[in-house]
Amino acid sequence: MNGSRWACWLALPMLVAVWGVAALVIDTPLLPSPAAVLQTFWLAVQSGELPHHLLVTLRRVLISFILAMALGAALGVWMGRSRMANAVLDPLLVLFLNLPALVTIILLYVWFGLVEAAAVLAVVVNKVPNVAVTLREGARSLDPKLEQMARVYGFSRQQRVVDVWLPQLFPYLMAATRGGLALIWKIVLVVELLGRSDGIGFQLHMAFQIFDVASILAYSLAFIAVVQVIELVVLQPLERRASGWRNAGVQHA
Amino acid sequence: MLELRVDGAAVAHPVLGAIEVRVRAGDRICLLGPSGVGKTTLLNAIAGLDPRLNPSPGADSLPRVGYLFQEHRLLPWRTVRQNLAMVGANPTEIERLLNAVGLLDAADRLPDQLSLGMARRAALARSLAIEPDLLLLDEPFASLDPDRAAELRELIARLLDEQPQMAMICVTHDARDADQLANRLWYLAGRPATLRWDRSLSAGASASLISEELRLLGV
Repeated sequence: MNGSRWACWLALPMLVAVWGVAALVIDTPLLPSPAAVLQTFWLAVQSGELPHHLLVTLRRVLISFILAMALGAALGVWMGRSRMANAVLDPLLVLFLNLPALVTIILLYVWFGLVEAAAVLAVVVNKVPNVAVTLREGARSLDPKLEQMARVYGFSRQQRVVDVWLPQLFPYLMAATRGGLALIWKIVLVVELLGRSDGIGFQLHMAFQIFDVASILAYSLAFIAVVQVIELVVLQPLERRASGWRNAGVQHA
Repeated sequence: MLELRVDGAAVAHPVLGAIEVRVRAGDRICLLGPSGVGKTTLLNAIAGLDPRLNPSPGADSLPRVGYLFQEHRLLPWRTVRQNLAMVGANPTEIERLLNAVGLLDAADRLPDQLSLGMARRAALARSLAIEPDLLLLDEPFASLDPDRAAELRELIARLLDEQPQMAMICVTHDARDADQLANRLWYLAGRPATLRWDRSLSAGASASLISEELRLLGV
């Protein structure tokens, strides 16, 4: 078991080493060395460019994420609880699940112009169906015995949602959040690339036009690092806190 | 007097037939009957939980019902104390009830940290916390060892003594429970199930004797 703690530190350094050697051997600007990428990254940080575009992208991710989770969760729970709502909305859900993200983005830009609202809306439209499907599953698995209990004891609507449903839906919300963030920032980059004049996606677009691979890698790595930090600092502690009651019985035994 | 008509026949209910239920304040009813006959279904109907059967109240409004389900059905992510607060009991009342069922020390534990008997007592405290007119108990002694079952029987008998106005319906397999808790006996049988027997218990007509009688009659 002790060995596996260190094993996760093997693959990444090896990748960097292989990359470094390959860059040295091939010696072309199309494959800059790790050191060159690091230097580009540092220059972009110092000039303030990278933090600016990173913040712009993160703001878009955050806004679309909140909207998509709220709408998707409400829709999913409704469809999971009401057979009628599910029958009516399910074909739409299937349609939107299979609609390529690129199509939504292009159409919304064509219809609404290259504006911020169209960009955010495109991301939301792409994400809502995934959240809805996950939360529909969660709503279907709500314990009917606790529902009966809540009815007998006259729980208010708010008590039912906050105290009975939410703890049961929490694993599904977490799953939707995990998958949600991963999907949303990929779509946000495409949205920025196609129709915004700031953000990481826009910067990648600019770098692509002059084949500036060092910038492409520097921006990508910065972005991946931020995503990992959010996972470690926000999501994992949240999950540990909210599912603490699950382990209570084990400790008792 | 609490009158409820549960007419399963009218809605082609798969389990229950036409049943008229009259419960007076202070009635202590034990509901007996073969396994799977629909005793829990009848309790659910009385509690207003069967969407096909709306219990129609007689003269009064619907009674306030405390229900001890077969499983504890406490919210597993809330402590015992929070579970009682959830149904509207104030802190003083919670202390009093937890003391009465002997769970003061376990007040801040989660339901999964309780033994089966403790969880059932916590659920019993919750069913009393809403100050019910009618207390429904669904096999409260099932899967407890004999000592724990006897303790719980005594506890319930004591709590009932403190609330002479409260009515109770207790589903059980064991007529001896009725000897200790009940002053009235219902026997549910048949398919669709109807109340075959509704008799007040008095000296000389103990539940054990009556159920033996029923068994011999083959009802």
